[in-house]
Amino acid sequence: MKDIRQINNPYNDDKVIDACSIFGMMDTTGGRFSGEAIIRAIANMHVRGNGLGGGFAIYGLYPEYADLYALHIMYLSRQGQQETEAFLRDRFYLVLDEEVPTRPTPAIVNPPLVWRYFVRVDQHKPANQSEDDYVVNRVMEINTRLSDSFVFSSGKDMGVFKGVGYPEEIAEYFGLEEYEGYLWTAHGRFPTNTPGWWGGAHPFSILDWTVVHNGEISSYGINRRYLEQFGYQCTMQTDTEVIAYAVDLLIRKHNLSIEIAANILAPPFWAEIERRPPEEQKLLRTLRQTYGSLLLNGPFTIIIAHRGEMIGLTDRIRLRPLTVGVKGDMLYLSSEESAIRLVCPELDRAWSPMGGEPIVGILGQPFEPRRTIREMIVDAN
Amino acid sequence: MAKSGGNSVVKINASGVFYRELNARLRDIASNDAQRVELHNVCGQRYIGTDLDKPIEIEIFGTPGNDLGAFMDGSRVIVHGNAQDGCGNTMNEGEIIVHGHAGDIIGLSARGGKIFIRDDVGYRAGIHMKEYGDKKPVLVIGGTAQDFLGEYMAGGILILLGLNLSAGEHHQAKYIGTGMHGGVIYLRGSVEDYQLGQEVGIADLEEKDYQIVRKLVGEFAAHFDYEPATILEGKFIKLYPRWLRPYGRLYAY
Repeated sequence: MKDIRQINNPYNDDKVIDACSIFGMMDTTGGRFSGEAIIRAIANMHVRGNGLGGGFAIYGLYPEYADLYALHIMYLSRQGQQETEAFLRDRFYLVLDEEVPTRPTPAIVNPPLVWRYFVRVDQHKPANQSEDDYVVNRVMEINTRLSDSFVFSSGKDMGVFKGVGYPEEIAEYFGLEEYEGYLWTAHGRFPTNTPGWWGGAHPFSILDWTVVHNGEISSYGINRRYLEQFGYQCTMQTDTEVIAYAVDLLIRKHNLSIEIAANILAPPFWAEIERRPPEEQKLLRTLRQTYGSLLLNGPFTIIIAHRGEMIGLTDRIRLRPLTVGVKGDMLYLSSEESAIRLVCPELDRAWSPMGGEPIVGILGQPFEPRRTIREMIVDAN
Repeated sequence: MAKSGGNSVVKINASGVFYRELNARLRDIASNDAQRVELHNVCGQRYIGTDLDKPIEIEIFGTPGNDLGAFMDGSRVIVHGNAQDGCGNTMNEGEIIVHGHAGDIIGLSARGGKIFIRDDVGYRAGIHMKEYGDKKPVLVIGGTAQDFLGEYMAGGILILLGLNLSAGEHHQAKYIGTGMHGGVIYLRGSVEDYQLGQEVGIADLEEKDYQIVRKLVGEFAAHFDYEPATILEGKFIKLYPRWLRPYGRLYAY
């Protein structure tokens, strides 16, 4: 483990001011592109991080295995690998396994082993359980019960690459300019409350959901306890983990729309709700009563992604920055506008959304602002 | 390093130059009494113009990084592009003119100088601007603002013009002037009461207010090639702090 103080504060200043960087880019027509641009973009925000965490999520990554769950797993020991591989052979049909290729990178010291497995669930799952739920449960088992093993990602046609280092160093280590996808997100970390370790780097992921985050979730405790009731176990020692599980629960399991989920994670203040029309009040009150334990308190900007969708969201009073850029079919989300301009100087439009307002890019649809809750109620009637 | 002096313009290609090096070169150039610097291909470099105390003019092409002109003391920065967060942070004197939009916390804790933003600004513009004696910071915004405009404002003049709003359209910002205990906001257009912080009073402008607004709108219009009379035709309201020491009795007993 690197000594955080040496990197973070070599001159022993009383206070160090810094922040995470996040970036996302998506071709809404599904065209796949290499990591070259996003590596440059996240590196342009180098000073927002401190070298204690960097990572990327890529969608449209494994088109030749698009129907298989791709498990990216980190091992801290060979024994952990043997234990987990025996577990995988027992619980899945293993189509392919390989070490994730890396190259020597001076900045990356003591890396763990990272392997990927393409698996099918087949007859392994109970008849009354969905394949996705089966995979979630196995991921939780690996993370909590098997030694020295942590699952980076477990979705189809996607993968997470992350570790301790600046994001551009992690990209070099894993050779990410060689991969292609239609949607990429990236993170440069400045750990605040929790240690800098490989599992704690962003993105956080379950199934094909990934989250990169700038800020801190002060409601982590209550969010975590709520999610534990649904079988999600937090093991990565970082607050962001709860967001990945929350969106999996709300959007995949409870089948809620992103607009509704945004109003659960970052709901309007009560005073604001009271100014809304009666039907809208009723909906917003119901959401707060039902899902109050998933309200994310504290400052945050997040980019959530899953197959075919990229979502940017900030806390209700935007205590962390987010700039949106649109150029033709490309959608960009970034902590800083300059990082977008570096890779796409001539944008059609660049702006910062209001706090709590989700920005959603959808595969196969040109970008457009989302419907408000009010418009959804009118539509439903 | 090119020696410069008199009226020569120093041009720098900032592409890929780390912010510390760029600012070191600016300090060096300013100490050589150059009058003008052009920075091309700027992309995210922070603190441009920080703690310069010479009347040098810095013209920026591109997207400067956070805290543009922080602690600046008398220089003039012109941005052909958009500015990011923290532009004019704790500026003491000088001017920042942005031909585009700007991010969050524009002019935070400014204690002097003038900032002109042609288009919209993000959250918390003018947060905790302050004044003392003849030091009075000015922030003029041509577009509209997001929430917490003038939060904790302790001094200075903030003008919000709303030039991109259609006729009759309200400003959308909420929590305007929350915690405000000094200075003044002149707002062209209208807001609902609930959009204002509880510390804020509304009044019509008096002649001495109009003198200030006419002068600063004139400067704004000259920077961005607007017709000042057209801007001044709009209805202005004055937002002021109802108490100068809202918590003066908090610890009194």
